Amino acid sequence: MDKIPILKLGDFLLVTIQVDMHDRLALALQDDLSSRVVSSGARGVLIDISALEIVDSFIGRMLGNIAAISALLDAVTVVVGMRPAVAITLVELGISLKSVRTALNVEKGMELLQQAFEPRSQHQ
Amino acid sequence: MTPGQESLQIDSGEQLVTVRQAVRAKAEELRFSLVDQTRIITAASELARNTLQYGGGGSVAIEIVENGIRRGLRLTFKDQGPGIPDLELAMKDGYTTGTGLGLGLSGSKRLVNEFTIRSKVGEGTEVSITKWK
Repeated sequence: MDKIPILKLGDFLLVTIQVDMHDRLALALQDDLSSRVVSSGARGVLIDISALEIVDSFIGRMLGNIAAISALLDAVTVVVGMRPAVAITLVELGISLKSVRTALNVEKGMELLQQAFEPRSQHQ
Repeated sequence: MTPGQESLQIDSGEQLVTVRQAVRAKAEELRFSLVDQTRIITAASELARNTLQYGGGGSVAIEIVENGIRRGLRLTFKDQGPGIPDLELAMKDGYTTGTGLGLGLSGSKRLVNEFTIRSKVGEGTEVSITKWK
């Protein structure tokens, strides 16, 4: 597989990472998502990493980059489904991903994204 | 090569995935806990990437080791790259000569029980890590 699929769900983009990504694939996802955020006008990005058995510093950095890039493009990123062993390992490795919003699963992530836009829509 | 030992080349980004899978298979064989499996696979991924990016490629030997009744997994990464002039500095959190986060060496060390690094400028680098069960 040389591309991770990006699905559009209403105002949000949904990415489910189901393969052990090599570095180039991770970078391609970062670029694809940035383009799709702009072309689709998405306001939120949901990344499901529940299938990932490990997140190393490279993938961790990619998740942080996607969140930062999306923020510049006026979209909120939520990473969902991180396994407990992955969370433990990431923190021990020295990566806390403080700038990345997380939720336990896709459903809770969607709720978080919807809540993020409630105040804004009330002003409109 | 002794039984239970395996050696893999690290010469492309795709090989990092192969290394992670080989380490996972051995960690499962040793019945490591899920967290320990995750730790050793993650450390392997960091060090294999270093071998590729800074050493210009190399190899990893994966072996099951024994110390009395304890069994463990030892990974030895070798390259014939430029070597590391200042090991103390290279082991510092956040220090990098590349584009990464500078957590590869220091972070991997925190994920395993034993960590040794030898490097000679102009000759290469050897990093060995061991996770005991």
